[in-house]
Amino acid sequence: MLEVKNICYEIVEDGKKKKILDNISLDIKDKELVIITGPNGSGKSTLAKILMGILSPTSGSIIYNGQDITKLDITKRAQLGFSFAFQQPTTFKGISVKDLIDLASGKKNSVSSACNYLSKVGLCAREYIDRDVDSKLSGGELKRIELALLLAKNGDLNICDEPEAGIDLWSFDALVKLFTEENKTFIVISHQKRLIEIANRVIIMRRGKIDMIGEYKKVASHLENQICDRLEDYQDE
Amino acid sequence: MNEIERKLLEEISSLHDVPQAGVYNIRKNGKLLARGVDSEVNIVSKRDKDGIDIIVKKGIKGKSIHIPVIVSEEGYKDKVYNDFYIGDNSEILIVAGCGVHNNSGFITGHNGIHTFHIGDNCKVRYVEKHIGIGKKTSKKVLDPVTVIEIGKNSKLEMETTQIGGVTSSKRVTTAKVGENSNLIIKESLLTENKDKVRTVFNVDLVGENSKVEVISRSVAKDNSHQDFVSNVKGKSKCFGHVECDGILSGRAVIASTPKIIAQNKDAILVHEAAIGKISEAQQQKLMTLGLTKEEAEQTIISGFLK
Repeated sequence: MLEVKNICYEIVEDGKKKKILDNISLDIKDKELVIITGPNGSGKSTLAKILMGILSPTSGSIIYNGQDITKLDITKRAQLGFSFAFQQPTTFKGISVKDLIDLASGKKNSVSSACNYLSKVGLCAREYIDRDVDSKLSGGELKRIELALLLAKNGDLNICDEPEAGIDLWSFDALVKLFTEENKTFIVISHQKRLIEIANRVIIMRRGKIDMIGEYKKVASHLENQICDRLEDYQDE
Repeated sequence: MNEIERKLLEEISSLHDVPQAGVYNIRKNGKLLARGVDSEVNIVSKRDKDGIDIIVKKGIKGKSIHIPVIVSEEGYKDKVYNDFYIGDNSEILIVAGCGVHNNSGFITGHNGIHTFHIGDNCKVRYVEKHIGIGKKTSKKVLDPVTVIEIGKNSKLEMETTQIGGVTSSKRVTTAKVGENSNLIIKESLLTENKDKVRTVFNVDLVGENSKVEVISRSVAKDNSHQDFVSNVKGKSKCFGHVECDGILSGRAVIASTPKIIAQNKDAILVHEAAIGKISEAQQQKLMTLGLTKEEAEQTIISGFLK
């Protein structure tokens, strides 16, 4: 479904070139749940943004269902079926939750169908539907609305940057259900062991490179040994 | 009314034509076009100057009053004094506004001086829209003046909108808020090309437990210029909050000058102002939903000015 070939991303810092991503290649299969994990600064979010077209790679190419999309912008990729849940969702003034759901799904939803998306992410829908997506909402609420938009957009390839942050009041099981039962392709950046365990494949990144890639069973010992300090066990409330 | 005048009327008042019933006063090019009154609300022409008195009896609830003004005669500069007398215990909606059309090289415009005398225990919503249409280079000038006096235990919600097409505007609102009363002002402005707007709010919180909230949202595009001035005085135990948010694009300029003067130790006055370009994060989020950059920008601006 998605082939990433030799992606490099460089920035200039203090007059010197710095490699953020160093020759990343990977192949994501249709309906696969892939978790990308690794220490902070290893390039996970940069890779996710390059996949969505938010950042342009310095070199390399991205092929989606046989089409070279390296030069396509965010909009074109979204129209091809990409969805993206940001690590830190942005807020708006004068734009309601319902407005964003309508934009995401490309149609005017009835209140009940809009509520359906919100209920799936653990929000009491009718309380939120007319609220503005502004700074009066908590970080956790914004993260869940971000996921509801992913559902409303119904994209084939969903990229989520640390979706579990701020879900303290929401059942973790619902998040797991979202990734496993939607029958879509998910690329999820996460440090959560429970998410890593259910992934079809785990990608461990380190210093801009893919350190290891494979099924959880194969990478488990490597994860424990190499980056155990970053793995967070989910504790039930 | 011709097609342009009908369009102006609809834009500012949501009326498609002269109403068949209700309370209204439609003014066109300085003359009365149509008027409707009833036993609860009277509208009478002033004798000493051009304008009307709108008199709402005590205890009138659920009433709407429309008083739109149309200026379509090129080169005509209209000036009118409208006084609203709202009786105690009334709950009403007033829809006002002015639409100017000009294709000529002559300045065309309107200067409406609206004075509100709001009694005790009232709830008033005042919606005012200003628009200009016609040639970009033709001067369309709107200088609204609003004077407000609110009695005790009353609330006035004022929504004032000027979305494009007005080349020059000086907007001055002066208010005195009485005991336990609340004034809420929501202003939305959009300027383009070389438009210039100066908007001034002078609010005196005179009554014990009086409140004011001024929320100004503005978008300045191209080479337009906006100047926002707020001047809130807390003269008793009161609360005042002024929020000025601006979005800039092109070579536009927005200036915000807050002034809050607390003249009583129990006065709490707050001012917030933020001016900047359209947020890239907001644009990117909407693009991930499938909108183009331009559609995203338009969506952000429309929401912001809503």
